[in-house]
Amino acid sequence: MKGKVQALIKPIGIPRLIIVAFLGLLYVAAFFCKLPVNDLLNGHLVRVGMNGILVLAMVPAILSGIGPNFGIPVGIVCGLIGGLISIELDCYGANAFIVAALISIPLATVAGYLYGVLLNKVKGSEMMVGTYVGFSVVSLMCIAWLILPFTSMEIKWPIGRGLRTTISLAKRFDKILNAPFAIHIGKITIPTMLFVFFFAMCFVVWLFLNSKAGIAMKAVGQNSKFAIASGMNVDQNRMVSTILSTVLGAIGILVYAQSYGFFQLYTAPLMMAFAAVAAILIGGASSTNATIFHVILGTFLFQGLLVVALPVANVIVPKGNLSEVMRVVVQYGIILYALTKAGGGK
Amino acid sequence: MESKYILEMKNIKKDYFGNKVLKGINLKVEKGEIYALLGENGAGKSTLMNILFGMPVIHSTGGFEGEVCINGEKVNINSPQKAMELGIGMVHQEFMLIPGFNITENIKLNRETLKSNIFSKVLGESLKTLDTKDMEKDARVALDKLDMNIDEWARVAGLPVGYMQFIEIAREIDKLNVRVLVFDEPTAVLTESEADNLLDAMKKITDSGISIIFITHRLDEVMKVSNNITILRDGEMAATLKKEETNVMQLAELMVGRKIEGLTQKEESKEISSNQEIVLKTKNLRVGMPGEEVKGIDLEIYKGEIFGFGGLAGQGKIGIANGIMGLYPAIGEVYIENKLLKLESPIDALKNKLAFVSEDRRGVGLLLDESIDLNIAMTAMQVNDKFIYKFGFFTHKDSKGIRKHANEMIEKFDIRCTGPHQLTRRLSGGNQQKVCLARAITLEPNVLLVSEPTRGIDIGAKKLVLDVLKKLNAEFGMTIIITSSELGELRSICDRIAIITEGKLEGILRPGDSDVDFGLMMSGDYKKATRKEAN
Amino acid sequence: MKDKIGKIIFDNIVTIIFVVLCLLGVVASKLPIFFITHQLLLRIARNSFLVLSLIIPVLAGMGLNFGIVVGAMAGQIALVFVTHMALQGYTLFTGVPGFFISVIICTPISILFGWITGLILNKTKGQEMITSMMLGFFANGLYQLLFLFLVGTLIPMKDPVLMISGGIGIKNVVDLNHSVRYAVDNIVKKPLPVLLFIIGILGLLLSIWLIYKLSKDQVYKKKIGNKPYTYVGISGLLIALGIYLNVSGSIFATIQVPISTYIVIVVLCIFNVLIVKTKLGQDFRTVGQNRHIAQVAGINVDKVRIISIIVSTVLAGWGQLIFLQNLGILNTYGSHEQAGMFAVAALLIGGASVSRATIGQGILGVALFHTLFIVSPQAGKNLFGNAQIGEYFRTFVAYGVIGVSLGLHAWKSLIVEKRKRSIG
Repeated sequence: MKGKVQALIKPIGIPRLIIVAFLGLLYVAAFFCKLPVNDLLNGHLVRVGMNGILVLAMVPAILSGIGPNFGIPVGIVCGLIGGLISIELDCYGANAFIVAALISIPLATVAGYLYGVLLNKVKGSEMMVGTYVGFSVVSLMCIAWLILPFTSMEIKWPIGRGLRTTISLAKRFDKILNAPFAIHIGKITIPTMLFVFFFAMCFVVWLFLNSKAGIAMKAVGQNSKFAIASGMNVDQNRMVSTILSTVLGAIGILVYAQSYGFFQLYTAPLMMAFAAVAAILIGGASSTNATIFHVILGTFLFQGLLVVALPVANVIVPKGNLSEVMRVVVQYGIILYALTKAGGGK
Repeated sequence: MESKYILEMKNIKKDYFGNKVLKGINLKVEKGEIYALLGENGAGKSTLMNILFGMPVIHSTGGFEGEVCINGEKVNINSPQKAMELGIGMVHQEFMLIPGFNITENIKLNRETLKSNIFSKVLGESLKTLDTKDMEKDARVALDKLDMNIDEWARVAGLPVGYMQFIEIAREIDKLNVRVLVFDEPTAVLTESEADNLLDAMKKITDSGISIIFITHRLDEVMKVSNNITILRDGEMAATLKKEETNVMQLAELMVGRKIEGLTQKEESKEISSNQEIVLKTKNLRVGMPGEEVKGIDLEIYKGEIFGFGGLAGQGKIGIANGIMGLYPAIGEVYIENKLLKLESPIDALKNKLAFVSEDRRGVGLLLDESIDLNIAMTAMQVNDKFIYKFGFFTHKDSKGIRKHANEMIEKFDIRCTGPHQLTRRLSGGNQQKVCLARAITLEPNVLLVSEPTRGIDIGAKKLVLDVLKKLNAEFGMTIIITSSELGELRSICDRIAIITEGKLEGILRPGDSDVDFGLMMSGDYKKATRKEAN
Repeated sequence: MKDKIGKIIFDNIVTIIFVVLCLLGVVASKLPIFFITHQLLLRIARNSFLVLSLIIPVLAGMGLNFGIVVGAMAGQIALVFVTHMALQGYTLFTGVPGFFISVIICTPISILFGWITGLILNKTKGQEMITSMMLGFFANGLYQLLFLFLVGTLIPMKDPVLMISGGIGIKNVVDLNHSVRYAVDNIVKKPLPVLLFIIGILGLLLSIWLIYKLSKDQVYKKKIGNKPYTYVGISGLLIALGIYLNVSGSIFATIQVPISTYIVIVVLCIFNVLIVKTKLGQDFRTVGQNRHIAQVAGINVDKVRIISIIVSTVLAGWGQLIFLQNLGILNTYGSHEQAGMFAVAALLIGGASVSRATIGQGILGVALFHTLFIVSPQAGKNLFGNAQIGEYFRTFVAYGVIGVSLGLHAWKSLIVEKRKRSIG
């Protein structure tokens, strides 16, 4: 019996169990605070689906030895451009989403390639350089949003120049994945398509990780000397992983936006990388190892903490935005913890 | 009471977890003499010196037996600081110099002369000002002792290697109380004339009353400067001799000796005639492997033989296989069956049916956090597209095939594990080595290069690994190239053995050749000695 | 000669680019030089101290300490307390004494923060910068927790002016007019020519002292070269400029400069110079150059690293105090956030790198970075008809210059590593 329990606990890990327990406790607390638990759960599920792909984008980067991809805004920006172009082309519904994805994927491939070239030149400092590449790209795009020649009135400010800070997708592909085939069980809604899409992306990444190229990529990440001795090209494999990660970032933001209902331009993508990194770390990943399981568990836990903690905290401490502060503490605390674990302490 | 001996080490014994590395060593160093310490790698020289320096590695593994006396008084050296206090200094083989600092700063590293100022009186020692003038004066004195007329405030970066060695020495003799200085292979990185300068300097240092323990493998240098010579072999004292009573030949023979380890010398090595088919040929191969640099090797290896590379550590024997496999920068030419091999390209080497078992098992040989089966299959998968399903552009790993193959290998090599899914990190050294071998053989190579196949594994596994190599050679006619620090091992299975010294080929011997020849070649004195005879 | 010029340009390419950018910006902004100079002198006084607090960790090989944010928080904690006391009617907590009290309060807090930072950074050797940055973000969360929720609940405090109306949490903006606004600036405030005189005379004294030392010591001469004579020239120019401004009755002579703040900065510069000449400074340098060798030589590497971070954090705390006393308002939840990044960007623009930073680079960097700050909105407006472009541009510049120099540093060290492996 004991052995069985241990076998069950081991892959999840004690810290995870504590967080799961805490999350459960939050739900119980929510129930006693007379909060609408079903709404919380609905929100929780949606947030998992909408953030999951951004978290998934961390997997190839971590496995190829680059570490958590702090430069994911590079991909996010590509996704935003794709989305804006699809609106500019006046696409609606599923069409708009597909067009947005089709435009942003090649964009992200090119951007990811360039980013990969850079990362190959700064081995050992990828996290720091990635962070600032992300920041730089976002602030550069701030200028671009001001001067890009979009004409659609949904995108532009009605007066003056430049694009809106938030662009509503209500007429375009708002909830395009959330709504169809949603299953209602009592008061709980399961966004079927959103999950199908998320799990499909997970499956694609899993397939890749078990292909010849994917296995090579993991070998490169785990032991580059071994990889070289087995005739693999380290730089090329890191490049593939960077491109994959960037493309996933682009798709990730589109999924995020369709669920959120808006595109957020300007400085909104600036700190998105940290939330994604924190999520996968909470799921049990480290800066050198990550699995699809870590992505799903991590997104579930991290988003759960955010969604449920917010109203509960507001009931307990009605003043101020305690949950936002807690998010900051948890998010950066977990990253900091992972960094100290990664060591280099000698 | 003044003792005749400045340093005595009496009946020193040391074991690492039951593995005896020193079996009763006695050293007696007189004041102002140069005392040479000779021995192969693993003979126990470094362990002995670690004891002398009170290194933590000794004390964290249960200390040692025997006693150390300085000036006739028994001392307990339990930390490097204590050793320094007692006046024992060390000239490191790899330079402990900071290139961005000037010579004075390096000589005075963490022993700076200080003078107090207002702040230091309040806030303590560490805010005392450096007394640059005084430091420079001291540095000048130390440099003058060594006849170095270089500016003491010149930056170290960019100085020739020979100078750096002298700065290192200057630092030690600047320590006021220094009585015994250990020189660990000081001439290894020097040119011949620089080495001569160094030997002169050593004599000068001893003139001032400091004793020197001179660790080296260059026998002619030993003969040139030392007074007494001790030879270690397998943790035992092979001999202690006075210089006047010995010669290079005897030293060489004593150093190599015969090892008893259940391995017997190969009875009959295959006849090699020059018209045999050449499977691998190198022309002026140079390899930039740090610490194992290869400086131009010409060799021909015949099809179906077991060929050995021997020599002391750091002489370059390890670099050859690594260079051929494309793991380090290399220039020159390598031919595989008369086809020119692309250098610095592991994939080309692998495609040409070479396979390599690295000396760095955990660093290069294994993915420690992957399973045994994937480790075995990995290289063949990447190089030969084995164990892969193909669907047009897409590929997927053949988990069943990988597992089946791994099970076969586990049986064949007797890999002790809980199953093919076990992580290689959890295997013992010997079993890890077997996984590495299995991975190489999965490539079905024509030539198998194996580096240090038995390093750090137990005797049973050792025998098995060597037997497998012999079997591969006998049954499949696979050419095998072994690089090993253990001469006995090479002599037990090789047909021919090349000895590498200072990055070059010293000579090729048969396993049955005499100990003297092996010893002279290992120390790099073979050519010199034979030249002398010819004259 | 040509090679030499080429090398100088190559080595200082970042700074040169920014000099050009600034000049272009100044021209494009069409702002009066008088305005720019005035603003710049103000901003140099305000920001230099923070930037200079970054130098010692660089010396100790720990890269750019993004963790000075933590020091800035310590400063702000002290300021909130002092302002609170001042509002309670204790006049001791206003003006210069108030400022000193905030220094006294800030110091132990930042020592504690610095010690914790140092401990964490010792666990992540080689990744100090990303760690210190994440630590900054993390500490920011705790800081918000403190000022938004703990003040008024766990920490008893009643202050209708400072606190949010419900009695829990500090307001977004704390007006330092109540306490220490201009406390340091106003001690001595004189027109610009006076500043030029002072710097000129200090420069002259320094060079005279150097020349005196040179005449006594030939060895020293070889080491230093002709630097003192250059100093004499520059000092002379400054004095001449001061005289000219005064005599010509130029409008520039009317700019009031907080001399006292400049003196504090000069004192910090001297501190930075002197500490390098101590045993501790030598240990910083040794550890910075090579941790392994330092360890073998018997230096307690971890301790030295922690000390360097503590010094940096304390200086950053003081720097934030100087910054805020000049600004006059404390943005409780924002003032510290960008402190680390802007300071780092300024230092890098001045030509520093992850492994090398000097005082001169710090001051020059502050001047360039803030020139860009002053002119870019207006330049953006004039060039593109949109002031926001200029604002985004300067943020981009801050991020970009950090990214580029981090990248360059990583790339260079990779090349050095590769060279070691080439065939000799």
